[in-house]
Amino acid sequence: MTSVSQSAAAASVAPTTRPVFDWVLGLAIAAVAAVYVRAIYFTPAEALQGLAQKIYYVHVAAAIDAYVAVSITALMSLVALWLRDQRADRLAESSAEVGIVFLSVVLTTGPIWGHKIWGTWWAWWEMRLTLTLFLWFVVAAYLVLRGAIEDDAMRARYSAVLAILGALLIPFIHLSVYMFAARLHPMPVVLKPSQPSLPSEMLTTFVLSVCAFTFFCAALIRARYRYGILRDLAASLDAEGNAA
Amino acid sequence: MAQTSPAVEVSGVSRTFGRRRAVDGVDFSLDAGDCLALFGPNGAGKTTLLRLIAGLLKPTAGAVHVGGRSLRSDATARAQVGLISHQSMLYRALTPRENVEFAARLYGVPDVHGAATRALERMRIADRADAPVRALSRGLQQRVSIARAIVHEPRVVLLDEPYTGLDAAGGAALTDMLHLLRSSGAALVLVTHNVDEGLAVASRAAVMLAGRVVRTDDCATLDARAYQADYRALVLGGSVPADLSVPA
Amino acid sequence: MSERRPPGLFCAAWLVARKDLAIEYRTRTAFFSALVFAVLALTIFYFTWDESVISPNDRAPGVLWVVLTFSALLGLQRSFGLEEYDRGIDALLVSPIGRESIYLGKALGNLLFLCAIQVIAIPALALFYNLPVGRPLLIVTGIVGLAMIGIVAVGTLFSAMAVNTRLAELLLPMLSLPFFVPVLMNAAQAATKIFAGRPVAEVWPWLKVLIAFDIVFVVACTIAFPFTLEE
Repeated sequence: MTSVSQSAAAASVAPTTRPVFDWVLGLAIAAVAAVYVRAIYFTPAEALQGLAQKIYYVHVAAAIDAYVAVSITALMSLVALWLRDQRADRLAESSAEVGIVFLSVVLTTGPIWGHKIWGTWWAWWEMRLTLTLFLWFVVAAYLVLRGAIEDDAMRARYSAVLAILGALLIPFIHLSVYMFAARLHPMPVVLKPSQPSLPSEMLTTFVLSVCAFTFFCAALIRARYRYGILRDLAASLDAEGNAA
Repeated sequence: MAQTSPAVEVSGVSRTFGRRRAVDGVDFSLDAGDCLALFGPNGAGKTTLLRLIAGLLKPTAGAVHVGGRSLRSDATARAQVGLISHQSMLYRALTPRENVEFAARLYGVPDVHGAATRALERMRIADRADAPVRALSRGLQQRVSIARAIVHEPRVVLLDEPYTGLDAAGGAALTDMLHLLRSSGAALVLVTHNVDEGLAVASRAAVMLAGRVVRTDDCATLDARAYQADYRALVLGGSVPADLSVPA
Repeated sequence: MSERRPPGLFCAAWLVARKDLAIEYRTRTAFFSALVFAVLALTIFYFTWDESVISPNDRAPGVLWVVLTFSALLGLQRSFGLEEYDRGIDALLVSPIGRESIYLGKALGNLLFLCAIQVIAIPALALFYNLPVGRPLLIVTGIVGLAMIGIVAVGTLFSAMAVNTRLAELLLPMLSLPFFVPVLMNAAQAATKIFAGRPVAEVWPWLKVLIAFDIVFVVACTIAFPFTLEE
């Protein structure tokens, strides 16, 4: 069995039978758009915060999915290191790239919303936002590290080590930011951002938003993973072409 | 005490990098005092095989045993191996003596200073032992590197193109050193391009092509000229010739 | 052939550390660069604030940690670099000492290197910023020591990784700085309180986090180190 056919077999979907348009991703985008429409036009504005509160639907959903994506990266890194499995490494990489996009969304929507509520663009004592910022740095370091290594096996090992150490780091950052915040401000804010009791329409929109974003996140990871397969296939064909 | 296990035993060792199989199912064993000369073109896998025997790489299949002990799992097996490679593995800011003594300490050699002095004297570099390595020529650095590799009196010495960069005096010192090592019971694996140099020291000769050992000979029954010719044919032809009588 | 015993975990680590320090002592370039940087940075930072707005006394803790962080990065850069020139690392890997000893030895060497810099930088800080010399300064020096352990533990591992990549100089800070954050946050707050005259008991919560970080990451990095070697 030649290595070309081996790698084709390893790819979960044969390239020639893959449809040109990614239906899953298209559906996901449609879902997100639909939720937006509902959020903007069909959900009542919140009394005190006004229109800015609508960002809440994006911000919180993106945050949840960002953390899920990053957790997938950490978990898959562990698997990749333990079993030396290339697929786990590829999934970790895909999840990290999608994760940083969602983290960026959180970090941009956060200040926009925050400016409305707190009057400042950034609040260091806002624990979740600060933690998200540092998580962004760790994921960025992960992606830069991957870009700086050419050897496949080394890249997988090194980025897995970084991901696992990063996972160990997060509780420490969380604790440190908490102690920092507790020192500066007792629990702050006139308006508590996450109110446990939302009126039913807003709650529905919120739940729908989380579902749509999660679907979108999963579709993105899937699309990126499939791109990863193709890219690795192309690279191995290239390598064989050079060796011949 | 009778030595029942071979000095080094390589069993079915393979090593793959990604999709490339650099070493493919190599088997051999050497007893104390044997010297295996390993010939082959660039990219044949000789250096990779040497690194596998040294414990720098893990085999993807098979195992290496030194003195009957598994190299992978037993640190005392690693203590029996000495490696000499292309790079000197020295610290340029330190003196030859400091480099060799550091190596001696890593191996737990009892009389560090004495062992280092002996090793440096054997390689005829004792007079330059106290100037930084940086100040020495490539050839002299190579001698220090060899002294470093044998200070702990290893049972197995692995040499990767050791004659590169050595002048006549250095080459002679090295050949003497190798004979001395063989007679004191060490097993040697010598990787070299130079068939003459290899055959001068070796008791066995092997040729590696594309990760496999394609031919093994006992040097006692070898005709050097014929072997040279066969080797050339093998390397240029890329396959094992059926008829071995090729004109020189 | 006599059975000789190769050095154990900590003895081997000390051998590696001693070798690194001997090399550094011979060349002294990294040490002087880091030292000059530290003292220069101290002086420059003095002029970046208006004296009438923030007193030097209040600025000092912040400056201390910035200078510590960046002189640490300078020192860490060279840590595995010196093994690469002639593949000295191969000789270490072929020898019977464990991979963990190599990591611990390197980390210990880096720690002592940093300590040597701080021995001069902290008095320089006290000098330029008119800090009271006494028990607070001594306690802060201890906090600096705890912080350095965490910084060196993580930085040594990433130095081992970065040296094998294309962007070594950029990658080391990028990988390490997020990990320095908890160290710096807790150490800085504890130090500020000590400088302000608060008792040690009050800063104990921050010190506990710092110590926990040190323990967790020294262990984690020791375990992770063999994965950074090609095998």
